[in-house]
Amino acid sequence: MSDPQFIPPPVAGALDVESIRRDFPILAQSFRGKRLAYLDSAASTQKPLRVIEAISGFYTSRYANIHRGAYTLSELATDAYEEARRKTREFINAEDEREIIFVRGTTEAVNLVAQTFGRMEIGTGDAVVISAMEHHSNIVPWQMICEEKGAVLKVIPMNDRGELLLDEYEKLLTDSTRIVAIAHISNALGTINPVRDIIELAHRKGIPVLLDGAQTLAHLPVDVRDLDCDFYAFSAHKMYGPTGIGVLYGKRKLLEAMPPYQGGGDMIRSVTFEKTIYNDLPYKFEAGTPHIAGGVGLAAAIDYLSSFSRDAIIAHENRLLDYATRALLEIPGLRLVGTARDKAGVISFVIDYAHPHDIATILDTEGVAVRSGHHCAQPVMQRFNVPATTRASFGIYNTVEDVDQLVNALQKVREIFA
Amino acid sequence: MMDELRDLYQQVILDHQKAPRNFRKMENATASVEGYNPLCGDHYTIYLLVEDDVVRDVSFEGTGCAISKASASMMTAALKGKTRAEAESLFEKFHDLVTGKLEVEQAAGELGKLAVFAGVQEFPMRVKCAILPWHSMHSALEGDKTVVSTE
Repeated sequence: MSDPQFIPPPVAGALDVESIRRDFPILAQSFRGKRLAYLDSAASTQKPLRVIEAISGFYTSRYANIHRGAYTLSELATDAYEEARRKTREFINAEDEREIIFVRGTTEAVNLVAQTFGRMEIGTGDAVVISAMEHHSNIVPWQMICEEKGAVLKVIPMNDRGELLLDEYEKLLTDSTRIVAIAHISNALGTINPVRDIIELAHRKGIPVLLDGAQTLAHLPVDVRDLDCDFYAFSAHKMYGPTGIGVLYGKRKLLEAMPPYQGGGDMIRSVTFEKTIYNDLPYKFEAGTPHIAGGVGLAAAIDYLSSFSRDAIIAHENRLLDYATRALLEIPGLRLVGTARDKAGVISFVIDYAHPHDIATILDTEGVAVRSGHHCAQPVMQRFNVPATTRASFGIYNTVEDVDQLVNALQKVREIFA
Repeated sequence: MMDELRDLYQQVILDHQKAPRNFRKMENATASVEGYNPLCGDHYTIYLLVEDDVVRDVSFEGTGCAISKASASMMTAALKGKTRAEAESLFEKFHDLVTGKLEVEQAAGELGKLAVFAGVQEFPMRVKCAILPWHSMHSALEGDKTVVSTE
């Protein structure tokens, strides 16, 4: 049992976590007879009733295909979808709704930029700069375009804490660098990267920056104008919204200059067999019937997140992170992977006598849901010379009790393997 | 502790994980195959020395979870001296055991010590761990692949 004296006192204006937990019906379930301690929000967050009901309400009473329908139901559906775009614009403080492109998720957003902006801008001998802590979704799309164009992928190294080396980064920014693509927060290590400095250094050389914000929106507020990033990509399902929908924000001038991504309905203004005229932003990048109900769910998730003070969310998650870090470090043989000074609610660890996969199985039998594996960041595993890690990650609904359940379950691992 | 967990991590499995048998590279192997599970990072090489249709020697090296390592270790112990056909038959029965197609009672008779892997039936996510070394061995016997991946 972890020592209760480590529990930091709650701060004034703190989240009412018990009330929040009631918003998430799934958390009331038990598995294998044990209370569920869901500690895998970095993979996907659970969904509050508000989001679930928004989606089912939309299908129940407002659903039809959007755009161009001359009947009332189609208009209602179109309004709901476009309302999601308005809310998203406001949520990340973009200048213009047309800068909000709906995609399937962060992965598709990065692929979109690589295949349009990348294909247009990157040539033989050019370079793309990413970092050593990227998720595969911010590595492979750039590798593909670099291979196609004969360009080079350059990687910002990190130190043993899992922090990027900005001096090294600066050296990678040359006249041939066409874009910098960086995780805002690392999914495997929890590092919050100094994106403001990263953007400023790139912009000094006129290089645009894409931020992979998949891990960010549930935790930190994002103001794309304040950051001055050129592209920002994120997924609804990691911020209490549904799967299958995400957002690519891009500065309008860049988006307008880019060729379309996929061809099809909705992205055209007129089509003949001789020539097609493409639609304006954002539709130029939204071929085919989109995930309409997903948009509605995303809007509900934004409303839900916006109903809390961001400072309170950050304070709550930092409190859990501190508590869990101290409790885990008391376990003999346990080593943290990722100890950056600026960290989000992600704890990756290895235990010298047990493999992460066995740990996850044992934790599961104790009701603790964590992730084990490479977290789609194999280069990070190679950097830290581990085959895999076990990762616990926090959302607004997690409690000290969840952490205690994790720590106690790790004692079972010890009983079996040590 | 839960019974399912005790059934999964039986002492014999833990023993093989801590002190794997035939855990070495084989210089005179007639076939070797790398087995890899990219999801969890299990990564082994299985070496076979097959002469006159008989598995004269079998060994492995690599890293992975307790289930995959114990499975590889116990497989090597079970295969020595078996004919190709016997080895393939064991593979099929082992596969049936961990996927729940073979009853535990029946398994003890047909699989001997390998029947301890019956506990995997309760953990479908771990079937791939138990089966990875066997798939690799199977490919090495057939000589058709050099890398096997279970995902």
